[in-house]
Amino acid sequence: MRVKGRAFVYGDNVDTDVIIPARYLNTPDEKALAEHCLEDLDPTFVKRVTPGDVVVAGNNFGCGSSREHAPIALKSSGVSCVIAKSFARIFYRNAINIGLAIVECPDCGEIAEGDEVEIDFDKGTVVDKTVKKRFSVKPFPPFIQDIIDAGGLLASLKR
Amino acid sequence: MGMTLTQKILAYYAGKESVCPGDLITCRPDVILGNDITTPVAVKEWNKAGFSTVDDPDRIVVVLDHFVPNKDVKAAEQSKTCRDFCRAQGVKNFFDVGSMGIEHALLPEQGLVTTGDLVIGADSHTCTYGALGAFATGIGSTDMAAAMAAGTAWFRVPSAIKVELRGSLPAYCSGKDVILTLIGKIGVDGALYKSLEFCGEGVKALSMDDRFCICNMAIEAGAKNGIFPVDELTLSYVEGRQKRQGKVFSADADAEYDETIVIDLSEIVQTVACPSLPENTRPAKELSDVRIDQVVIGSCTNGRLSDMKAAYDVLRGKKVADGVRCIVIPATMEVYKACLREGYTEAFIDAGCVVSTPTCGPCLGGYMGVLAEGERCVSTTNRNFVGRMGHVKSEVFLASPYTAAASAIKGYISEYGGEE
Repeated sequence: MRVKGRAFVYGDNVDTDVIIPARYLNTPDEKALAEHCLEDLDPTFVKRVTPGDVVVAGNNFGCGSSREHAPIALKSSGVSCVIAKSFARIFYRNAINIGLAIVECPDCGEIAEGDEVEIDFDKGTVVDKTVKKRFSVKPFPPFIQDIIDAGGLLASLKR
Repeated sequence: MGMTLTQKILAYYAGKESVCPGDLITCRPDVILGNDITTPVAVKEWNKAGFSTVDDPDRIVVVLDHFVPNKDVKAAEQSKTCRDFCRAQGVKNFFDVGSMGIEHALLPEQGLVTTGDLVIGADSHTCTYGALGAFATGIGSTDMAAAMAAGTAWFRVPSAIKVELRGSLPAYCSGKDVILTLIGKIGVDGALYKSLEFCGEGVKALSMDDRFCICNMAIEAGAKNGIFPVDELTLSYVEGRQKRQGKVFSADADAEYDETIVIDLSEIVQTVACPSLPENTRPAKELSDVRIDQVVIGSCTNGRLSDMKAAYDVLRGKKVADGVRCIVIPATMEVYKACLREGYTEAFIDAGCVVSTPTCGPCLGGYMGVLAEGERCVSTTNRNFVGRMGHVKSEVFLASPYTAAASAIKGYISEYGGEE
C-alpha cells in the first residue's frame, strides 16, 4: 500500500493535549473531533489539511494522555500517515489499533513543510518527492503488522 | 538472565518460566479500567465490532471522574453511555457520582487493585498502581474493548531503568519532588517504552502516598510502567482493603537494566516543572518572580489524604493572596470525608479556598478552574503542556501540595519552609 500527500511538519513531544484538547473530549464523534485536530499547536491545520496529507514530527509524538481521540482526530481529518522519529507508547498502540498509519523514520527531520511525501508500506520507504530523497523506516514486528493488515485490533480479534 | 520485577510479573501472567525484553506476550489482566472519557469510545468500538457479552464483568472497573458531575449535555451523554453499558454487562464495580473518586486514588483505596496484580486502564495514569508492586499500564479505548471481549491483552516485554533511592527526604519535600527531579534528569521520553523500577534502601522512607505519586508520573517520562518492591508498608496498606489475595514478586538479583540512576533523597529540594513540559524543572525557591492567578491542589497525582494534610499544614490560619483563586479537590469521597472530620475543609474555606467534590476537571482544562489567556497556575497535577488547563496562552507550573499551598498564600511561586 502507498499513500501520498503534503507534509505538515512539527517538532518534538507533540502531545495529545495539542492534538485534541480535552475541552473537546465530551464526544466520541469522529467528525466533531476532526474539527479541532491540532488546534492548540497549529490553528490553521484544520483549514489547510486535505485528504492524504502527512504529519511529520520529531521524537515522542503523541506523548501524554491515553485518549484514543488523538489518533481518531488525525485519521478523521484526512491524515494518511504520521511520520515521526519516535512515538509515545500509548499513542503508538492506539494508532495501530484504530488503523491510523504511522511510521518511525529517524531521518524524517529532513522533510520540509509542504513537501510532497510518498510512503510505501510494503517496501518500507518514505520518499520526499519535492527534493527527491528516500528514507528507510523501521519495520513493524510481524505480530503488529498482522493487526495492521487485519484493519485494526478488533478486526484482528474477530479473525 | 535474571528478570526485573516487571518481567517477573509479566512472565507469571503469560504462564512462562521467563521473558526477555522485546518478547510479545498475551496475559489475562486482573483489572480492566475505563473512565467517562475513554469508556464511551470503547463502547462505540465494541458496538461497531458487534461484540455481545464481556468475558468477565468482575474484572472490569468503570469510574466516572473526568467530567462529573456532568459539565455539559455531551458529557452527560458520555456518562450515560458508561452507565448503560455497565448495567447491561453486569459490571458491579461502576462508580458514579456519590461513590466515585479520581480513579487512581479510588482503586487502591477500595482495594480493587493489590500487590502483584496486572492492571490495564484506558487512562495514561494507570501506572500509579506500580506503587503496590503491581504491573499497571495505560492503554487506549480499543485495547479496553478488546480486553473486555477476550479477557486478554497483548504486551511487549519492556526493558528497565533502575532508580536506586538512598537516604530520606528533607522536611516538606515529597514524592512529587522526587518524580519531578527524575523527569528533569531523564526528560519526557527518557524512559520511553521502559519500566522505571524503584529500589534501594530509600524506599522504606517513602510513604505509600509518595510511592503512588512517583509511579503516577512515570508516564511523564514516557515509561510503560513505574514500580516499587513490596515491603511491610505495602502489605499493611493492602491489609483489610484488598478484595483478592495479593501476590508478592521481586526482581532477580542478577536482573539486567538498561541503566541505573541513583537519587539521594536527602538532596531533593522542592521542585517545580515550568511550562510547557514536565521536564522543565527548577527549584521552587528560584521562581519567586513568577506571579500566579490560580492554585489547584488535587488530582490522581496529589489528591490523597496526606496531600490534603500538607495543604492544611500550610494554609491553616492563613489567607490566600489577593487575586489568587485556590481550588482544593480531595480525590475520593473517603478523602473528602476525612478532610471534613479533621477540620481541613473548614480551614481551607477560612483561608479563602474553594473545596470541590472529586473530579479530574481542572487538571486537563475540562471544567472547574479553566484558565484565561495569560493566566498562570501552580498545580499539583501532572501535565503542563500548552493549553493543558485552558487558554493556549495560559501557563501551568507543576508542584507539590506544600509548594502549591505556600505559593497560594504568597501570590507567587514559593517553597514552604515550615510554620512562619
